Amino acid sequence: MKKEIACGHCCTKINNISVKIGKEYIIKNINIHIHCGHLSVIIGPNGAGKTTLLKALIGEIKHEGKILFVDEKDNKTKKIRMGYVPQKLNIEKNNPTSVYDLFASGTTNKPIFLFRSEITYNVVKKHLENFGAEMLIDKKLGDLSGGELQRVLLAFATISDPELLILDEPVSGIDNNGMEIFYKLIDDLKKKLDIAIILVSHDFRFVEKYADRVIMIDKEIICEGSSDEVFSSKEFKEYFGNNI
Amino acid sequence: MQAIYEIMEFIFPYSWCDYTFMKNAFIAILIIAPLFGLVGTMIVNNKMAFFSDALGHSALTGIAIGVMLGIQDPVIAMIAFGIIFAYAINKIKGSDNSSNDTIISVFSSTSIALGLALLSKGGNFNKYSSYLIGDILSINPTDLLTLIVVFVGIILFWIFFSNKLLLISIDSSLAKSKDIKVKLVENLFIIIIAILVMISIKWVGILIINSLLILPAAASKNIAKNMRQYSILAVCFSIISGLSGLILSYYNGVATGPTIVIVAAIIYFITLIFKGKR
Repeated sequence: MKKEIACGHCCTKINNISVKIGKEYIIKNINIHIHCGHLSVIIGPNGAGKTTLLKALIGEIKHEGKILFVDEKDNKTKKIRMGYVPQKLNIEKNNPTSVYDLFASGTTNKPIFLFRSEITYNVVKKHLENFGAEMLIDKKLGDLSGGELQRVLLAFATISDPELLILDEPVSGIDNNGMEIFYKLIDDLKKKLDIAIILVSHDFRFVEKYADRVIMIDKEIICEGSSDEVFSSKEFKEYFGNNI
Repeated sequence: MQAIYEIMEFIFPYSWCDYTFMKNAFIAILIIAPLFGLVGTMIVNNKMAFFSDALGHSALTGIAIGVMLGIQDPVIAMIAFGIIFAYAINKIKGSDNSSNDTIISVFSSTSIALGLALLSKGGNFNKYSSYLIGDILSINPTDLLTLIVVFVGIILFWIFFSNKLLLISIDSSLAKSKDIKVKLVENLFIIIIAILVMISIKWVGILIINSLLILPAAASKNIAKNMRQYSILAVCFSIISGLSGLILSYYNGVATGPTIVIVAAIIYFITLIFKGKR
């Protein structure tokens, strides 16, 4: 986390993303431009295609449209490095994968079933310190609490220096206090690292406080703008009523 | 080969070591058991136990196809059919909304029925019943050579792909975000399972082959604290149950395959007790 303050000029362009299953569009013509150092929050009713959008962004599902990253330094378009934080992990409680195993398997090609690399171990531990999670390095993933797991996953998503960080409803399974900590951590990351963040969220209280931009989707973009603009829009009230 | 036999006789001055078929079986288990342990870890992690079971059963149809094509050693037909079979299950799993165990079960029972029907044509099924329980004592030095080739291939795969497999087993979206070619790695893994299962079925038997994949890994999972322990323990459990099963079966005059599985099951239950205590 030694990066300079966000320059605010690099731009991630998500152009015309559509996902079709059969003849039906799950999401259609989503255009989002995000500058680094900005937190964009995606909201929308259930079944609006929020998770589908994220999966299209990380390339897991086939989609139309492009994701481009324009570097301000040389104004060149290049392939974007992404970090992703899933909603939850689908693992059993006695899964023997430790936090170190997760990091080592994602960052090195050395087979972890044979070696434990001291160098990797120290790098991972150092990186986990930024998230107050260094003491979790030898714990099994299945033994972590909801909040601990989120911090570990955030650390994992950021270890490869991504330009875009994608988070899927990260607050499920965490209490109110935990959510506050989590959003603070994101805010911190946003300021310290030069990255754009896209987050899918349901908790409008935190969205209001931390989001730089709110994008409401229901298959297509319904409305977007600052949190004040979106929350006071008539489209928002149509979907969610007056209670934030 | 003779030199290896002599070394073995020197290390094990017991009556079972007087027989060449026992020595061959011993070497075969030393080669193949670590593979079952290793591959099993990821089958268990990926919750594919039922899938590998179905794959084992599909061997019947593979044998039948081999016989119909007039191939003397049906193992090539078995591997080819196994890969197609496994790929088909995976394809449908990904595109259909039915639950996975239903799909696997449909495939499994269809291939058993098809295999039995084809092989029983003309009342000749007895000829193939040895495939059901297998006969590890029938291994000859040429078979051992095949096993060594498979061993090297799978170990190489494991060195290059086990990290990626692990990440996919944790969360495939997460793996995708790390630029892992999820589908490719998954398909390669399926091919590996198909090869391992089909190459061993003649000696281990259709009925129990899956237990050798699952039990050592499941036992190891009960007590391992990280992936390295998980893999090493699974390999150890697999070798221990393989060798002691072989020797026990010699002294008790029972079939080897089932004895190996019983030892593996005992190890599993012991680890279960340890798990409860922690």
